[in-house]
Amino acid sequence: MPEDNVIKTRRLALISSRGTLDWAYPPFILASAAAAMGWEVGIFFTFYGLPLLKKDLTASISPAGNPAMPMKMPFGTTGFQNIDWKIPNFITNNLPGFDSVATSLMKKTFEKKGVASVGELRETCIDLDVRLIACQMTMDVFGFTKDEFIDGCEFAGAAAFLEYAADSDVNLMV
Amino acid sequence: MAEFKIDQTLDCTGLLCPMPIVKTSKTIKGMQVGEILQMTSTDAGSMPDIKAWARQTGHELLSAEQEDAEYKFVVKKTR
Repeated sequence: MPEDNVIKTRRLALISSRGTLDWAYPPFILASAAAAMGWEVGIFFTFYGLPLLKKDLTASISPAGNPAMPMKMPFGTTGFQNIDWKIPNFITNNLPGFDSVATSLMKKTFEKKGVASVGELRETCIDLDVRLIACQMTMDVFGFTKDEFIDGCEFAGAAAFLEYAADSDVNLMV
Repeated sequence: MAEFKIDQTLDCTGLLCPMPIVKTSKTIKGMQVGEILQMTSTDAGSMPDIKAWARQTGHELLSAEQEDAEYKFVVKKTR
């Protein structure tokens, strides 16, 4: 704590460009933690990260694209839950519905361990006045409309975000 | 643990990062300057996290102790 008891307000600028369930947690966790410490926080949602600002949160996970992802079961004894199931690639990549099973298992495992859901973390960010900035260019490219998005998010481009990031203390792309 | 006059308690047991500091921050906001909060958690990460949170916010961490799998923090609201 500074001697003079004056605390500088820090600023965190995040870029969220990956919208799978696993990559949905980090920006909202970092943002809510920083905001809880009194920091100003803004997150720029671009490319595949943009749908994380939609009213309907549909983020899912694909083990096929994440070979290092541990496969855990959210039920049974602790020993059973700690097993890392080595599921062969030909199943993770080809079995119809495997991604939705993996998504459901990941959500349940996280919830059971005491991690807030992505929706709850997003709500927390909104409560803590985190600026949620939607990339206008991505909106146009993917044909999204503003009414699909949650209230309170802003729409801006690279220059506006960079100006915000230039005055920040911490910049991360997560 | 030294004795403090606890004005409010907060139970964060079972919660993982970032909820213990988010809830601590929210509770502190609703308290008066000078009042003391006792927060309990089971998240091992909350030990370094609450220390960092206190440094960043300027609230005074009066005590941070581990008892078995539980962590107990006493924080005084300073501003």
